[in-house]
Amino acid sequence: MVQLTLPRNSRPTEGRVWEAPADAKDVRVFQVYRWSPDDEENPRIDSYHVDLATCGPMVLDALIKIKNEMDSTLTFRRSCREGICGSCSMNIDGTNTLACIKSIEEIKGTVKVYPLPHMPIVKDLVPDLTHFYEQYSSIEPWLQTHTAEPSDEWRQSPEEREKIDGHYECILCACCSTSCPSYWWNSERYLGPAALLQAHRWLEDSRDELTDERLDRLEDSFRLYRCHTIMNCAKACPKGLSPAKAIAGIKRKLVEREI
Amino acid sequence: MDKSTAHFLKQRLTALANIPLALFFLYALMTHADADYETMRAFLSNPLVSAALLGFIVSALWHMYLGMQIIIEDYIHGEALKLFVLALNFLFCLSVGFVSLLSALRIWTG
Repeated sequence: MVQLTLPRNSRPTEGRVWEAPADAKDVRVFQVYRWSPDDEENPRIDSYHVDLATCGPMVLDALIKIKNEMDSTLTFRRSCREGICGSCSMNIDGTNTLACIKSIEEIKGTVKVYPLPHMPIVKDLVPDLTHFYEQYSSIEPWLQTHTAEPSDEWRQSPEEREKIDGHYECILCACCSTSCPSYWWNSERYLGPAALLQAHRWLEDSRDELTDERLDRLEDSFRLYRCHTIMNCAKACPKGLSPAKAIAGIKRKLVEREI
Repeated sequence: MDKSTAHFLKQRLTALANIPLALFFLYALMTHADADYETMRAFLSNPLVSAALLGFIVSALWHMYLGMQIIIEDYIHGEALKLFVLALNFLFCLSVGFVSLLSALRIWTG
């Protein structure tokens, strides 16, 4: 049965308050989710008073400043700081997004930073994405053909290439899948928006010849049809993609195959 | 056809059918709001009217059955409880449909 309340040991408590230096000019409060597997404590929400006058413009800049100058125990993933690696995906101000391209200025008042929703937590803002990656792997995201490999290259016209626009840009940050209520309730069996967007990418690729086999594997009341067109995925995607549209594309292909 | 795609199609087709059938049902209600028993009976005994209203009941019940099935599968994960609630859903829709059909037959046969 779906759990409507958090288990007692998962309910966040009020955490520590980290004051800004006395000479701070432009203070903003960052409330950050903290949890460590090393103790038996409940998760807690720490409040960091950050001086924006000495901080970069993005939420990731503030998190790095906190880690460097206030609390080195704060744990989060980050790498490229320009929205291309997908490492710093987290829930900021109530929406899943990338901390590196989320401007602090866009947020009014306290900045609330939580890990991606409904995922097992490794520590603080780091979710365990093992199952998410396994689901991506399950759709076999590589070119598959029956015909022998050409000696030079697989050819594709510019028009055919355009069909995978809106798909290849996905950076697998998991913002979409972890914003999807259907994925929250049934992530063991529902592939989720990210994996399905990639599945559609290979269905749309003119060079791939295993369309029927791919459709056969997707045609399942849980793997695909748990998508109820809630559209949170399209709203959350920090790259502006629409997994919902791609999923509708898969459903259309399945219906067209039957009629 | 795989039953998951068939389920998806049936949900959409019954939804489409529900639009005109529900509008006709509303029309029938509005135009007979102050009708007495005999007038209503005479209206319902017209085979076309009766077919449209029965069509609405069957299509709406079928749509409801399919939709509830999805909701139950979404939220109830224990196999035994899920099967029990799915059976209840089926029995409820079947009995409402059965009673409606019997009522229509009674009106037709006087």
